[in-house]
Amino acid sequence: MAAYILKRLISAIPVLFGITLIVFLIMAMIPGDPATAILGAYATPENVAKINKDLGLDAPLFQRYFIWLGNMLTGDFGRSYSLNRPVLDEILDRFSATLILAGTSFVLCALIGILAGVISAARQYGWADKAITFTVLIGISIPSFFLGMVMILIFAVRLRWFPVSGMYAIYGGGDLPDLLNHLVMPAIALAAVATGVVARMSRSAMLEVLRQDYIRTARAKGVHERKVILGHALKSAMVTIIPVLGIQAGFVLSGAVYIEMVFQWPGVGRMLVDAILKRDILLVQGGVVFVAACYVLFNIVVDVAQSLLDPRIKS
Amino acid sequence: MIQFFKLLFRNRLAGLGAVVLSVIVLLALFTPLLPLPNPNITATGDRFLPPFSEGHLLGTDHLGRDLLSRLMWGTRLSLAVGAAAALIAAFIGSTIGIVAGFLGGRTDNVIMRLVDMLMAFPYILLALAIVAALGPGLINALFAVAAVNIPFFARNIRGVTVGLANKEFVDAARLSGMSNLQIILFEILPNVLPVIVIAMSTTVGWMILETAGLSFLGLGSQPPQADLGSMLGEARAALITSPHTSIVPGIMIFLIVMSINLLGDGVRDAIDPRLKSGALSRPLPATIVERDSTPPVPSDDLLALQDLRTEFHVGDRTYKAVGGVSLKVNKGECLGIIGESGSGKSVTALSVMGLVASPPGKIVGGAVSFQGHDLVGASYDELRELRGDRVAYIFQDPLSTLHPLYKVGDQLIEAMQAHRKMPEKEARARAVELLESVRIPNAARRVDNYPHEMSGGMRQRVSIAMALANEPDVIIADEPTTALDVTVQAQILTLLDDLRRERDLAIVFITHDFGVVAQLCDRVAVMYAGRIVEEGPTAAILDDPQHPYTKRLMACVPELGGGKRELHAIPGLPPAVDRLPQGCAFAPRCNFAQDVCKQGDIELEANGDRAVRCLFPDKVSQTEVTS
Repeated sequence: MAAYILKRLISAIPVLFGITLIVFLIMAMIPGDPATAILGAYATPENVAKINKDLGLDAPLFQRYFIWLGNMLTGDFGRSYSLNRPVLDEILDRFSATLILAGTSFVLCALIGILAGVISAARQYGWADKAITFTVLIGISIPSFFLGMVMILIFAVRLRWFPVSGMYAIYGGGDLPDLLNHLVMPAIALAAVATGVVARMSRSAMLEVLRQDYIRTARAKGVHERKVILGHALKSAMVTIIPVLGIQAGFVLSGAVYIEMVFQWPGVGRMLVDAILKRDILLVQGGVVFVAACYVLFNIVVDVAQSLLDPRIKS
Repeated sequence: MIQFFKLLFRNRLAGLGAVVLSVIVLLALFTPLLPLPNPNITATGDRFLPPFSEGHLLGTDHLGRDLLSRLMWGTRLSLAVGAAAALIAAFIGSTIGIVAGFLGGRTDNVIMRLVDMLMAFPYILLALAIVAALGPGLINALFAVAAVNIPFFARNIRGVTVGLANKEFVDAARLSGMSNLQIILFEILPNVLPVIVIAMSTTVGWMILETAGLSFLGLGSQPPQADLGSMLGEARAALITSPHTSIVPGIMIFLIVMSINLLGDGVRDAIDPRLKSGALSRPLPATIVERDSTPPVPSDDLLALQDLRTEFHVGDRTYKAVGGVSLKVNKGECLGIIGESGSGKSVTALSVMGLVASPPGKIVGGAVSFQGHDLVGASYDELRELRGDRVAYIFQDPLSTLHPLYKVGDQLIEAMQAHRKMPEKEARARAVELLESVRIPNAARRVDNYPHEMSGGMRQRVSIAMALANEPDVIIADEPTTALDVTVQAQILTLLDDLRRERDLAIVFITHDFGVVAQLCDRVAVMYAGRIVEEGPTAAILDDPQHPYTKRLMACVPELGGGKRELHAIPGLPPAVDRLPQGCAFAPRCNFAQDVCKQGDIELEANGDRAVRCLFPDKVSQTEVTS
């Protein structure tokens, strides 16, 4: 097992380098002179020269990449000029908020999605299956940002069950119940589409597995049907479902940007949008690399989970 | 193609999606011709008018602009941008995919590495990075969304192209002196085009949603121009005071995406051939029973099938897989059921414990009496308690019939614990014992193996051990040796025979091999087209087969040391059981068949301890088989 994890970790290294290179190259596409683009109306020749020097933009392209990469490896992501603080500090502050939101949504989409898919498959063509299929169709078609807004109107404005926005109450909040209270709506809004996708895939994976010969064997042994579905069938279906969960993790992690805008959640997505609008290139670069790297690492966890489930993978 | 559209529109939801989408697209196309006010004329006095106000059907927005007009123009823009992004992504992605797949080798390797790298990014994040570089704006958002979808197309189209690049028609084109470019354009492209179209139909909805999303964030279309996303983004500030300005564009995005999704699902279902036959339905825990007549009185035999009939209903066809079979087996007895594939022998066996996949299977008549109790009418719980406990199965291919993700020991333990409470430790010891009893060497270690770590013969021994776990009264073995090589087959047969004698087991042994029957079975029943055509003691039937089918079947078995005896394949094919001929089902393939054979039902005529379903058994028994 340890050998397998190590192998996966090592194979992630070139991917991580690739990510930094792609992000760097994308940023190098900035049309015209980046310093002028950053400075906008303040682009006096002196300022341009200073920015170029500060950001190392006077060096050739490939040299700039290695300087940036080298700095990042030592934990120096540069300095955000719009916030006037180290990029990494800002990212770490914001990322914890995103992680709480996206993590909750991920858990929701995995639990509810798989459960709905299993029920749907076990009761194929029954009323529960039809109700779930219909809900899933709505769920995967509604844009998360619109769903968030509708939820605010209904559950915050009309019913007053939850606060309209933010992560903590301004006065007197800050504890766990306060956080959960603020978390419910954004987490659900973010999870909706992913839950729908997981439910769909789980349903079809379960239907596929339930037709296998070894399910008939389990039934022929006299194993109780509940155990056939939740044990034998689900275990095999998970082999198909887990990679889908991996993709959905990327979806909630990056889709959090919409929800963070709608609910004023102080996460990394909102930070990125602000940074883009302010042309804070280093903050954008750092943020994108950081989040993408986290996703790559998470995918290793997914692969390890997959190998724990399926003994055929390692051999 | 017509077939495709028929299938597509038989799916009512897909039809609904098509209608909604067409209406929206048509409205968007004709927006400039509709009598709508200018979407950009502001009227500060008329801000936030509610829907159904005079002159403003959907009300006005925060600058007093007519919402209906802005909605239509916004829809037009969103659809155009989404479609453009899809076209760009499809064009570039497919080009990359075709080039990589066609050229192969190092080019392919480098390109696909890069594609994988791009796919390592969370989707929206990459779009954000591109917009960050290019700067906010609708065209830039369009490029960003197109760009992040390129890897998807590249990977899919490459896969299809790789499959095509080695086909004969490509080689032929190459030999005829066509250049690579010509081959790609005239040979490859026409074949991958449908795949490209399908990939576009499944992603265009996403692309509309993603561009709307970027606009919503303020990174796409810039004022005063508005697509649906930026309308929603601008309205957000007034969400609580004037919700209609948000809800109107939101619902439009929802409708577009949903109709595209419905249509896309319909397209996929119509193309996926597995769904056409309705095969993707899961089997219920027990076969459905719908008997059309009163069941016979249960018999006192240990296990007896009485005029059992099992059918498969697929579409409007009815396959009579088992058409009235009566059989019995008692303690210590081994009954063979023999026949070609499709003769209904496996379905007969599975019907006993209600294991026929259902839907589409259905038991429509007769009874299965076990110890004087009818199992066909039994509840699921009664069946479950007997399954594996009193009546156990051994199936054909143990690689597919053992669960691949559980250790064999755990599968054995489960078989026991399904029927009686047993501490884990004791169950494990018993599992080892069981493996030893089927002569698996190193049983204590093998118990922790997964099925894929064992050989075919070992796996089949595990299945046998599993069948023995609860010391059942009856074992139904469905071609347990067919997937094995001859020496292993002989070992398994000896093992089963020993177990039968040691434990006084009743065995029902299903096979298509007369050699196996001769070795193991006391009695044998020959099945053809879902019915028994001959039955009796094995020795008697081997000596003197009276049904022409039995005779033919025996002539198919090579005899060791039999010299130059000719093997005779049976000419023709067994009949489809949804269109059984009148009279004898074997008549079309039979040398002895006469006109009477093709009229009316032929009874299974008992004669002493034998029975045969043939009008001319004497003639058959006197003639040598020739082709």
